[in-house]
Amino acid sequence: MSKPVNATSQRIRETLAQRYRAEKRFRLYGVVAILFGLLCVATLFVDIIGKGHGAFRQTYVQLSVNYEADVLGIGDIDDAQQLALANFSGLVKKSLRSRFGDVSGRKEKRQLYRLVSNSAEYDLADRLKANHQLLGQSEKIWVLADDDVDTYFKSLNSADGPFVGRTNEKQQQWIQSLVDEGQIELRFNSDFFTSGDSREPEQAGIGGAIVGSLLTLFITLALSFPIGVAAAVYLEEFAPQNRWTDFIEVNINNLAAVPSIIFGLLGLAIFINFFHVPRSVPIIGGLVLAVMTLPTIIITSRAAIKAVPPSIREAGIGIGASPVQVVLHHVLPLALPGMLTGTIIGMAQALGETAPLLMIGMVAFIVDVPGGFSDPATVLPVQIFLWADSPERAFVEKTSAAIMVLLAFLITMNTFAVVLRKRLERRW
Amino acid sequence: MQTSNLIIALLLMSALAYYLGYQRSQGFARQLGGVRNLHSLPTYYGMRVALWCGLPSVLLLFICLAFEESIISKILLSGIPDEIRPASIAEYNLLMNKIENLASGALSAEGVKPALLDAAATLAYLRDMSQRLLTGLALLVAGAGGLWGWWRMSAQLRARQQVEKIFKGFLLLCASLAIFTTLGILLSVIFESVRFFQQVPISEFLFGLEWSPQTAIRPDQVGGSGSFGAVPLFLGTMLISLIAMTVAVPAGLMSAIYLAEYAGSKVRSFVKPALEILAGVPTVVYGYFAALTVAPFIRETGTSIGLSVTSESALAAGLVMGIMIIPFISSLADDVINAVPQTMRDGSLALGATHSETIKQVIIPAALPGIVGGVLLAVSRAIGETMIVVMAAGLAANLTANPLDTVTTVTVQIVTLLVGDQEFDSAKTLSAFALGLMLFLVTLGLNFIALRVVKKYREQYE
Repeated sequence: MSKPVNATSQRIRETLAQRYRAEKRFRLYGVVAILFGLLCVATLFVDIIGKGHGAFRQTYVQLSVNYEADVLGIGDIDDAQQLALANFSGLVKKSLRSRFGDVSGRKEKRQLYRLVSNSAEYDLADRLKANHQLLGQSEKIWVLADDDVDTYFKSLNSADGPFVGRTNEKQQQWIQSLVDEGQIELRFNSDFFTSGDSREPEQAGIGGAIVGSLLTLFITLALSFPIGVAAAVYLEEFAPQNRWTDFIEVNINNLAAVPSIIFGLLGLAIFINFFHVPRSVPIIGGLVLAVMTLPTIIITSRAAIKAVPPSIREAGIGIGASPVQVVLHHVLPLALPGMLTGTIIGMAQALGETAPLLMIGMVAFIVDVPGGFSDPATVLPVQIFLWADSPERAFVEKTSAAIMVLLAFLITMNTFAVVLRKRLERRW
Repeated sequence: MQTSNLIIALLLMSALAYYLGYQRSQGFARQLGGVRNLHSLPTYYGMRVALWCGLPSVLLLFICLAFEESIISKILLSGIPDEIRPASIAEYNLLMNKIENLASGALSAEGVKPALLDAAATLAYLRDMSQRLLTGLALLVAGAGGLWGWWRMSAQLRARQQVEKIFKGFLLLCASLAIFTTLGILLSVIFESVRFFQQVPISEFLFGLEWSPQTAIRPDQVGGSGSFGAVPLFLGTMLISLIAMTVAVPAGLMSAIYLAEYAGSKVRSFVKPALEILAGVPTVVYGYFAALTVAPFIRETGTSIGLSVTSESALAAGLVMGIMIIPFISSLADDVINAVPQTMRDGSLALGATHSETIKQVIIPAALPGIVGGVLLAVSRAIGETMIVVMAAGLAANLTANPLDTVTTVTVQIVTLLVGDQEFDSAKTLSAFALGLMLFLVTLGLNFIALRVVKKYREQYE
């Protein structure tokens, strides 16, 4: 009788080393999988920050400008019409020509003028309009450099040598002379946060997109929070056990997993084509995103309501409150932190969403910062999508910087949700 | 009055109605000797009057606003002389736009047909009329409703029950919105799809091997007949999803197993949120990452070992999509693994199995339905994912299984067909809705099965 036992223990002893090796290997697979995931996170962030950090500083060039009345073509400084039509672009060109004496030929001149952004003339116009005394005077001002100059200047000291791009040798010499004289420098790019989109990378900013995103999110929040909470309250507290209720639940669970692009089709066919909501405005964007985030909010709100212990309800009913009063006065306030957490997460999801907005016209090129809910607008993720498609090298930097801003928003919202949950959530 | 002002006016009237109702109930209470002799609390009487005032008028307002435009354009169209009456939907839209611009002054009246000018004037008149009519009607209904509610008050009135009934009705309506949304999605895709299938036979769409949706604008144009065989799109979608799943399933599953079974609480509390970051990153960011970092990297690597890789390879899009799905799979798998009862682990370990043998032979078989459900949900996400493929996969509808080649997907085509100009009478635009219908049905089926499986599995151990 003892022989088979021995044979078994023999087998166990023989295979033990192998089994332990298998154990170690299995653990290793787990570690590798986790390291792969962490590596992806790290690569993503390093890549985007590495590409985008430069966009927060922009290259400026110092020009000495003489506001000559005959170059500008202004006879009477107090005539608003003359001032509006004045030739400020000629003034910029003249200052550039006088800074670099050695320019000859039309082609070379054109290259010279391309050193500064075309926003320079508007800067000069603004200065003169603000201060009429400047006419005939000269002053040194810093103007925005062109995007090619900006890219070249930023990469001057990089390890792989400067990124030449579209700049030619002559332009590089000019830039070098500006560097030697200290007339070119990097400054904090506050315009990036305040201005709207532009075809010129050096002037493009995310101000318009941020405002558009905020307006859109406001509509989304105003619609989806009350409706989502109401639906959750109904399903948890008042819904009878019947087919209609089951059908609602199945629908909510399915909608939570429907691809977001389908909601874009819904917005296009129902809201735009049927109800004639205008395109490209925060209202339609907010509507579509509200429909999209509703299931998320309903599901998290239901969990929050479920976590409120039944004894609270029984106590309320026991002292004579109606079921509606119990819900409004006791259950909802207690479930509110959980609901808010879910709503913030839903809003973060809506803030990062792009696909459905492409279909309802929010991809338009919009220069102005939107001023209201019915102004054409774009949102931050769509702006990123648009810039990512632009061929100019300088937009790579801008896109990555816009992504950094978007991620900062999302991380803040999610952290806030976590903190809110930890602070306010009660465990019974 | 402008609509927004009208709404504010209605709200103010409701507030006034609340105050009056509240006051009147207080009056009853004084006569009877205290609030306790009323049927409901005074606030309920106030709310009831406010609801009588606000609810019918706001409902009326919304119904009128929803149908205002279509009624106005009907009237407008009936007044237009026959010679400029539009023949097709496109012409109709053009005409309406023209009249609209004339009426708003965006288009100058010079050299425009007098019939159109008349129409523009009629439009402006009708708009003005309907605005006035609506204002008058809404205010009248609000006033009458408020008055009726106020007049019908008495101390025995069951005000609380009435208010609570309306409140519950509102809750039911909000909950039912989910059904209306599904219905809306179905109607919007089915309606346009049917119009598409009238132009292109359904068999060609489902089994055709060539996809080039460019249709000729003029009949004499060359090579623009358009073919709508969606098989290359389906295969492209499957190829990219397959690549994504080969990355995401092993990585997600193994990290979930490690976190649930091996990792200490310290490692867990650091690694779990770190991996969750991947779930919070917007898809447009992944798309950018795929197009500008991963695709060039794969291309260079491929070229250096002598492979020809296109710059918009399916591999790049699939790889990044896989990274996106890792946290999705890992958190779902984590849930189901944690739901396996501890007694099963203990039993297996007590029999002398190593930890990995317990996992492989006890825990995973027990958790398998949940894991399969999670993977199905992940597949449905991969199929429906849009931004990554729009930015990193190409537009060329190649019929290939080579991951280094360019393929296109259903979602890419929907986006390309619907961004920009849309003509709702051409097969090109309508085909996007047919693709949307396919996408919706497939993801709906996958979700339905997956949710069922997961639910059943949960019940098993509860």
